[in-house]
Amino acid sequence: MANLCRAPRLSAAEAANLEVNPYKADFPLLVANPELAYLDNAATAQRPACVLEAETRFYETMNANPLRGLYGLSVEATAAIEEARATFARLVGAASPREIVFTRNASESLNLVARTLGEQVLSEGDEVVISILEHHSNLIPWQEVCKRTGATLRWLYPSQEGFFSEEEIEATIGPATRIVSITQLSNVLGVEVPVAAIAKRAREMGAYVVVDGAQSVPHVPVDVRELDCDLLAFSAHKALGPFGVGALWGKLELLEALPPFLTGGEMIDSVTQEGAVWAPVPHKFEAGTQDAAGIYAAGVGLAYLEEVGFEAIEARDAALGRALMEGLAERPFVEVYGPEDANAHHGVVSFNVQGVHPHDVSSILDGANVAIRAGHHCAQPLLTWLGTSSTCRASGTFYNDARDVERFLEAIDTVWSLFHGLA
Amino acid sequence: MASPNQLYTPALLEHVQHPDWNFKLEDATCSHEGVNPSCGDDLTIHARLADDGTIAEVSWTGEGCAVSKGSADMMADLMVGLTPAEAKELCATFGELVRGELSAEGAEEELDEAACLASIAHMPARVKCAELAWRTMDEMLSGATEPSSTEDGLVPDAGDAR
Repeated sequence: MANLCRAPRLSAAEAANLEVNPYKADFPLLVANPELAYLDNAATAQRPACVLEAETRFYETMNANPLRGLYGLSVEATAAIEEARATFARLVGAASPREIVFTRNASESLNLVARTLGEQVLSEGDEVVISILEHHSNLIPWQEVCKRTGATLRWLYPSQEGFFSEEEIEATIGPATRIVSITQLSNVLGVEVPVAAIAKRAREMGAYVVVDGAQSVPHVPVDVRELDCDLLAFSAHKALGPFGVGALWGKLELLEALPPFLTGGEMIDSVTQEGAVWAPVPHKFEAGTQDAAGIYAAGVGLAYLEEVGFEAIEARDAALGRALMEGLAERPFVEVYGPEDANAHHGVVSFNVQGVHPHDVSSILDGANVAIRAGHHCAQPLLTWLGTSSTCRASGTFYNDARDVERFLEAIDTVWSLFHGLA
Repeated sequence: MASPNQLYTPALLEHVQHPDWNFKLEDATCSHEGVNPSCGDDLTIHARLADDGTIAEVSWTGEGCAVSKGSADMMADLMVGLTPAEAKELCATFGELVRGELSAEGAEEELDEAACLASIAHMPARVKCAELAWRTMDEMLSGATEPSSTEDGLVPDAGDAR
């Protein structure tokens, strides 16, 4: 199948220039709303036209139930899924497309891991290590599996800026650690977690390493071999793909050793009245009919990301982080969370406006056509640890530009003047 | 400069910046706490009933967003002199207003400046903020003892759905 994704290709230096934005034109929602500053990319991305077209194209030209039929269309539908699987595999550096399991989202991927690996290896006295940065989807599945197995949940704490020290890693991951499950990029502070260093310590202690890549996969180059992890969960909708498609990468031998998560059609080789023989990996984990069109389109979204290129993405994220942080630093009534170094934010900036509730800030920004998120960002323990119940969060990505940042900062000034009678 | 949307009106902001009823009534005959767990809004409504059973005074304490606090302050103004039955009826009218079942014009006579919160009907995630004090008041007058949560039975905060 031809590569139907053509994204603007900018060098890192070109991409860092926020005055130039060749990307926006590829995103129909942004084209239709030229005055919108969409800065909620950590919640979900906008989709380029090629992704939307791919979903339609699937239904118009390839639609049949994949894997079942022995006729042309069904074969084509199967090929579409497998093409996407190869793209997913390539993006994270998998050894083979068979190492990619399709799920509904990163949450389902992490539940799969907790319910299969967790229940297989954990028992009383064992420890699961996560960090205080975790999104609820990499927390609650572990809380639950610990309750069921009698294992203990332990927490890694970073510095106030979000950085983990070697001492902390060594003190928390020890001989009792059986599983370390950690986010690669915080959805609240934007900091990157030293996954490779954590994985090294976990390996020495004989523990499995699980990575929550929901936030990292769209923003930094991810290579599972370099990270030396066992499993990595991510979702398509934060990476330009449709809602409802996620993935779990796992080492082939580990996936083969794990029991199935959901059972039913498609995940079996043969069935008798007494039992069943599971299908080979990855289909063993893919019970029921998949969202084939969504998966196909998600593959196109990831291919678009590859076309944009991570050098450009990282340069632009850093430039956005700098523009946001510099603008907020000029406003002494704003408190920013996370690293002082703007480049370490990956375009994500959490903040509060003194004396104004984040929900009021986001409502007023909404009135100015600026979309940010306010609340606990599905990371309540982190916010409690930061000493607040909620924050505002602006999260940019490569298709944002200087104008978006400008509109955002203007709207922040409006918040301040409204609440201080200057309006 | 005009407010960027119809919600943050001078009337609401005046109640937030200079609330009339943000204190603990020392001689309150009843108090009741209401919370919005996902927002962190946590208000306690205090009321003193007169000998004839009407509401003599209402106040509020606690923390929350401007909408929850401004709405509570406006409510405290409106409750004085009402019988508990009338007060509950007014709470119900306010609920209809912020859920978009009643127009601001239709509610202005009864709800006075609190009718300015009508525009929140277009912001479903914020309705619970406006409603918090009123629902807490209503439950207090019904004799509730457990803290009231306006999120009971509502869709939870979606957050960064994965």
